[in-house]
Amino acid sequence: MKIIGFIFVFLLISCKNDVKSDDKDFAKLETETIQNELEVYDYEGLKKFLNTTSDKTYVINFWATWCAPCVKELPHFEQLNSNYSDKKVEVILVSLDFPNKYDSNLKPFIKEKKLKSKVIALNDTDSNTWIPKINEDWSGAIPATLIFNKNKRQFYEQSFNYNELETEVKQFLK
Amino acid sequence: MYTLKTFIAVIAFTVVSAFTSTSTGYKVGDIATDFNLKNIDGKMVSLSNFKEAKGFIVIFTCNTCPYAVAYEDRIEELNKKYASKGYPVVAIMPNNTDVKPGDNMEAMQARAKAKGFTFPYLMDEGQKIYPQYGATKTPHVYVLQKTSKGNQVKYIGAIDDNYQDASAVNTKYVESAVDALLAGKEIKEKETRAIGCSIKV
Repeated sequence: MKIIGFIFVFLLISCKNDVKSDDKDFAKLETETIQNELEVYDYEGLKKFLNTTSDKTYVINFWATWCAPCVKELPHFEQLNSNYSDKKVEVILVSLDFPNKYDSNLKPFIKEKKLKSKVIALNDTDSNTWIPKINEDWSGAIPATLIFNKNKRQFYEQSFNYNELETEVKQFLK
Repeated sequence: MYTLKTFIAVIAFTVVSAFTSTSTGYKVGDIATDFNLKNIDGKMVSLSNFKEAKGFIVIFTCNTCPYAVAYEDRIEELNKKYASKGYPVVAIMPNNTDVKPGDNMEAMQARAKAKGFTFPYLMDEGQKIYPQYGATKTPHVYVLQKTSKGNQVKYIGAIDDNYQDASAVNTKYVESAVDALLAGKEIKEKETRAIGCSIKV
């Protein structure tokens, strides 16, 4: 009976994790990444990071290792994450690197730069569907940043220096 | 009097900010500007040079953006398929080459040669053209149709719905748009979005 229950739960979980089209590759990717500690999501999976009912303020930065202005502004997000961790601010870095670059570029980058903020990867090719869901005005260019808490959210299709970023985040802490 | 002044100032400010805050660039239906930009063969190219064309597939793209690179072969295919039907590809490289030396004229020439581009690959010298179109990233496509009023924007956005794998594409947005124009039908999806590299200023 226990075993049947276990299988049932397992089936439920597998259904939940099921993704639409590129399922095989994605499933393969997912298992690989669990081993290498990089969390990879499609948009459905990413959604849980884009809303909150808690008292925290989230700073979601969309970036990639190949995006020079993104890499340039990363230290500001790292600094913010460390300076504001006691003020209930969390930075999440959402990488848009191509899946075939996770091992060769993204993971070494995270290690080399000793990134302290949470890094997750978004792998969802149907960007025409999910870009407007993240923000109606986003053209799709990166870097782009979403800041939100339970009361307020704002989207920025721009680069930040530290002061600009801090100023924006402070608006959310009032 | 003071309040009237304030009132006018507020109105003026509102008007100005209303204009500045609206995103610039073309919407579907607008008439797109022509240009005169240098091609990789050293010759200047304008849309008005294409006397036989029914329209254009204008693509802002570059050498250095992985998304643009992922689409190189598909851009070449678009030109092969549609140039003869009256919709040639005209590619424009919008980046500041001081910031991205990998996109300079020599690099563009080398890339075009290596990939066998059959379409014009133009340098947006002085970065005057992409802001008028409102391109924000590479690749960024504008399908134009020749009309009596000028080249009218008919489609803005992505090439298709899978940047990673051409064989896994479900919808070829640009092809659908041009096919619809050629058939005299309404374009189903006039605007789409995709991730791309921000244009380097």
